[in-house]
Amino acid sequence: MSKEKSSLTLAAALNAALADEMSHDDMVVVFGEDVGTLGGVFRITEGLSQQFGDHRCFDTPLAESGIAGTAIGMALGGARPVIEMQFDAFAYPAFQQLMSHLAKMRNRTRGHASLPVTVRIPYGGGIGGVEHHADSSESYYAHTPGLKVYTPATVEDAYLMLRYAIRLDDPVIFMEPKKLYWTKADVSLEELRHEFDRRWAQVETQRDHGEPYARANVARTGEDVTLVSYGPSVVTCLAAAEAAADEGISVEVVDLRSINPLDEETIIDSVTKTGRAVVVAEAQGFASVASELTARIQQRCFHSLAAPVLRVTGFDIPFPPPMLEKYHLPSVDRIMDTIDDLQWDDTPVDYSPRVAVGGRS
Amino acid sequence: MPENAQPDLSEEQAKKLGISLEDYLLPTHGRIQMISESGELLSIEEQGSTPGHEYPMPTREELLAGYRQLVIGRRVNDQNYALVRQGRMAVYPSSHGQEASEVAAALCLSPRDWLFPTYRDTVAVITRGVDPVQVMTNFRGDWHQGYNPHEHNTSIQSTPLTTQLLHAVGMAQAARLKGEEMVVLGMVGEGGTSEGDFHEALNFASVFKLPVIFFVQNNKYAISVPLSRQTAAPSLAHKAVGYGMAGELVDGNDLAALLAVLGRAVKLCREGGGPYLVEADTYRIQSHTNADDATRYRHSAEVDEWTKRDPLHRMRTYLQNEGALTEELEAQYQDDAEQVAASLREAMGQQPDIDPLELFDHVYTVQTPQLAEQRAQLADELARESQTEQA
Repeated sequence: MSKEKSSLTLAAALNAALADEMSHDDMVVVFGEDVGTLGGVFRITEGLSQQFGDHRCFDTPLAESGIAGTAIGMALGGARPVIEMQFDAFAYPAFQQLMSHLAKMRNRTRGHASLPVTVRIPYGGGIGGVEHHADSSESYYAHTPGLKVYTPATVEDAYLMLRYAIRLDDPVIFMEPKKLYWTKADVSLEELRHEFDRRWAQVETQRDHGEPYARANVARTGEDVTLVSYGPSVVTCLAAAEAAADEGISVEVVDLRSINPLDEETIIDSVTKTGRAVVVAEAQGFASVASELTARIQQRCFHSLAAPVLRVTGFDIPFPPPMLEKYHLPSVDRIMDTIDDLQWDDTPVDYSPRVAVGGRS
Repeated sequence: MPENAQPDLSEEQAKKLGISLEDYLLPTHGRIQMISESGELLSIEEQGSTPGHEYPMPTREELLAGYRQLVIGRRVNDQNYALVRQGRMAVYPSSHGQEASEVAAALCLSPRDWLFPTYRDTVAVITRGVDPVQVMTNFRGDWHQGYNPHEHNTSIQSTPLTTQLLHAVGMAQAARLKGEEMVVLGMVGEGGTSEGDFHEALNFASVFKLPVIFFVQNNKYAISVPLSRQTAAPSLAHKAVGYGMAGELVDGNDLAALLAVLGRAVKLCREGGGPYLVEADTYRIQSHTNADDATRYRHSAEVDEWTKRDPLHRMRTYLQNEGALTEELEAQYQDDAEQVAASLREAMGQQPDIDPLELFDHVYTVQTPQLAEQRAQLADELARESQTEQA
């Protein structure tokens, strides 16, 4: 294979990650609804059944609890299952298995049993899906001790993080931002493979299983304000940072990559430097990952802050129908408005919940 | 796992046994019973099996080994019930009256097979060889579960209902992936058959033709809710046919019948004829747990009726009549049971050695920075507490 860079989509990167881990370990199995013959509704599992046989990549009956529950039994029996939930809200019938068993088996057995299960969940809006096809459900999983919650925002991370997730002995909820599936990057798979091998060797020698991806990524450096985000919103944040630069505001963007564990150090370093922070996420804001981040930044960076930590999140409503989702999702404009509200001079700002204070016009 | 990878096993099995597919899939008209309530061996005609499909009587050695476990199981149930009353255990869901089903579930499997029990199946777990004191960790309250599932191929007891049946199915899938021969038995109560996971587990096992035995202990009440609120089917064993698997109904207080029916189910599963559903017709003599008051939802006449069908007395009478159970053997079994009870009394009477900091040890393979901070916080609180105590 040549080292020439080619245009790789995030979906293709995930597909390659699955194929590479299945080649690496015979106990890696992929299953779910439509993942076999069809190759998944988003084609993430395309060709796996043909390449590895339908004992390694197979369709199950249409039953999410069954998919999650059998994955738990398989993992207990020595397999490394990677299961697909097809769409965010489709995972809800599996909650009992994920919350009561997948998350807790290590704890319940006093460390005697590991469950190396990767639960792939395509999530979020922005693709014009009908109801129950656009939820951002990461807060449920992040709230549950025992689960790791990963969400990549780039093609490179998609490949590397999925391979880590599969190798970890802890269960990982792998949230795939479905609106980024068709994002392209000029990267070579071969380079990504070398990169993975290099980092995995480090993990093995340091015995800090997979912790490289507990590190957040500073996706763009800046001086005046930090946008803290993850998954699909990272792209929106980068666009907002670009727009802000045109207005003379230097924006730093932190991409968490892993929601749990959380790399607070990188967030604190950034906000301490800039003195201002906005947390951006698609999910409803109430009792969310964004709430948690806001509280932590407020506590850890209090003396460095020039303004309160603000949030741009989805509204606290069921995810809207396709024609209305643009009003719900964090947009560049809404992020810019919020940056404007960050107490840039001595003029008192009204931070009551509200109508825009210094709305852009 | 592969679709259409195997022929229709139900049909093949039926052919092999020389019975119709319907006779194979549907339970026999009555329940299978071999020994009467008063301990008499029933005639073949009275045993309830399909002609040509009779069950062989278990050997004397098998019955004696099972009876010994019945004696131990009864002692464990009653000892634990007493320990909760004395405040030395938090809670105990007793299987008093169901011990034959408990023991048969464990004894029908070989050590390499796997068992997936529920919270009430303590006696089955002990019969698998797990240390009784370790099993009781959960009910004493010093840790959620105390034993390593991989040590005796016995999963930890499941408190959520019916979820463990899917784990059983997954275990059988993993065995197939590894090319290992294994039968898996998942236990569930009659209430658990109403849960969605029951349907999903049976369906998965049957679609993938996996060697899993679904063993339903129908003890008639899910806490207070009677069987009539769980099902309108003629029997729970009838549920099997809709999934394309065989179902059988057996007297759950008859150890001989249980060993025979489960034994055949294991054999068929090993030969590739699984999955298989077995319903044990039994009764929970005591309350759901010590916290429950069974007199509020059932009459004592019903309890008395079932007490007469006690699995322990029935097997004892039969084995004595057969001349298999001598006074020496009976004394030895009682002594074995007493030793287990004594070890439980001793262990539960002691304050368990608990390190609160262990709370953070088994959440992830490597502690997250957030958990490391919280561990340090608790360690600090404990240190200050001990300083205060010393002062």
